[in-house]
Amino acid sequence: MKVVVCIKQVPDTKGGVKFNPDGTLDRAAMMTIMNPDDKAGLEAALRLKDEYGAEVTVLTMGLPKAKDVLLEAVAMGADKGVLVTDRVLGGADTWATSQTLAGALRNMEYDLIITGRQAIDGDTAQVGPQISEHLHIPVISYAQNLKIEGDSVIVERQYDDRYHVLKAKMPCLITALAELNEPRYMTPGGIFEACTNDEKFTTWGRADLKDVEDSNLGLKGSPTQIAKASDKVRKGAGEKVTLDPAEAVAYIAGKLKEKHVI
Amino acid sequence: MNLEEYKGVYVFAQQVDNCINSIAFELIGKGKDLAADLGTEVTAVLVGSGVKGLADELAEYGADKVIVVDDPELKEYRTEPYAHALSSVIEKYKPEIFLVGATAIGRDLGPRVSARIHTGLTADCTQLDIGDFPMTPVPGKETKHNQLLMTRPAFGGNTIATIACPDFRPQMATVRPGVMQKKEKVAGAKANVEEFNPGFTPNDNYVEILEVVKAVSETVDIMDAKILVSGGRGMGNPENFKMLEELAEVLGGQVSCSRAVVDAGWKPKDLQVGQTGKTVRPNVYFAVGISGAIQHLAGMEESDIIVAINKDETAPIFDVADYGVVGDLNKIIPALTEKLRAELANKN
Repeated sequence: MKVVVCIKQVPDTKGGVKFNPDGTLDRAAMMTIMNPDDKAGLEAALRLKDEYGAEVTVLTMGLPKAKDVLLEAVAMGADKGVLVTDRVLGGADTWATSQTLAGALRNMEYDLIITGRQAIDGDTAQVGPQISEHLHIPVISYAQNLKIEGDSVIVERQYDDRYHVLKAKMPCLITALAELNEPRYMTPGGIFEACTNDEKFTTWGRADLKDVEDSNLGLKGSPTQIAKASDKVRKGAGEKVTLDPAEAVAYIAGKLKEKHVI
Repeated sequence: MNLEEYKGVYVFAQQVDNCINSIAFELIGKGKDLAADLGTEVTAVLVGSGVKGLADELAEYGADKVIVVDDPELKEYRTEPYAHALSSVIEKYKPEIFLVGATAIGRDLGPRVSARIHTGLTADCTQLDIGDFPMTPVPGKETKHNQLLMTRPAFGGNTIATIACPDFRPQMATVRPGVMQKKEKVAGAKANVEEFNPGFTPNDNYVEILEVVKAVSETVDIMDAKILVSGGRGMGNPENFKMLEELAEVLGGQVSCSRAVVDAGWKPKDLQVGQTGKTVRPNVYFAVGISGAIQHLAGMEESDIIVAINKDETAPIFDVADYGVVGDLNKIIPALTEKLRAELANKN
């Protein structure tokens, strides 16, 4: 059984958000991490390796430094890592990103593709389902549990007020929630493996992508375009009032009404 | 792609168990504004099994037209048949704008549909406008009028981006629930209802549903709550959280807390908001007896409305609160709960 896990290197926005004195995001000061949902997806794959001897390949797209997340993944137990990096792929929106990853996946063998539900920098949750569409395979997103039965996967799929137990024939794509599991740590042996076995890592460029047109890649191939982007102005103080309890209640209730909360 | 062929604002009218989700009415409400700017109409797309009877409700909230895709294959939500339904509607009717709720269903369905029909999709929008792209003229670049400008937070809410989709149609967005306002319901309003069935032939992409489990999980995820009533050290003791639970119940919200409360053992860790807890972004966040350490603010300052109640007027929580009340929470909270309970009872 072959599993490919798509992972992304993201700035660590949770816990370590740093700001410049003018209130904008200080990206340079922020650490990068493996996206949390992707890490849960990797852990799910590694459990399939432990249980069924699955071969686990991690795939990422990004700048050359994104190789760091592949090293981390191999140090956790993944077998191989593929980095897709090319200047012409930059500036991609989710359409172009999913086209790129689908183009790479067409050159790989897989029974199961796992992606994280969403990345903490973009928060779109689109790339996984879009890859599955390009590859014409079923998708089950928001997986909170996962097992293999013959040539199918059985997944608990979370919705707002319920979950579905779904069965899909492989090959298929699953998007994982961080809640799926508790990812393992890198092991010293794994770190050694990752750092000393360069043959575990492959770097692909545009030419290595299969059945993708240039018009679907990078900034030029992105249907969505940024009209305006701004570091969010930090919210300032609103009103502050000192009132006796009865007045305070009337004040709060009035504001909630004004804002259509009640 | 001849962009001129694409007309009208369409919204996905999400229903589950033949009950329309509130997001559908919110999308119709926003759709009406956009349609007014464009001089066009709002069409709701209703997908399910035995759902035709729900069309009137969509009309009452402002839909000019309802397209009903009704088929037994659509009884429970599944990605493939629903994606087939929506893409077929888009191919046949050619809308210029298509809005989907950013719900667990919509965020699965939207990307699959946009990938199938090759257009852009902007996720989790909190603001939608009609305007020019580029927004201010750029020399050598054509300015396109009447574009959908889709605004959304990114980088964990630290940046705001406005996105356009100038060369593809429809312009698709998923829209965060609870942000757009629905229009006043007009009883007896009727829409032009049209049935459309593109045909559903199961293939390997139709996953099999083995079981539908409607049990609500035991631990409520505070990240999903639209209203959070959060307590801090100022609550004084664990028993006082009962007041917050009652307020939350009246508003249909959840109780959360600050780190000090978890450290004191008053509440479990999964209710903790902040840098070492969860990042929440509810419509309304009540900070009750919370001083507002920077680590706490990092986890909640993106809330749409922040109401703070604290007896210490120098508490930093007031620096981010929209509405700050300096006062005694022990008196204010129970009275507020009663007041809101009465208001809501009146309304219904």
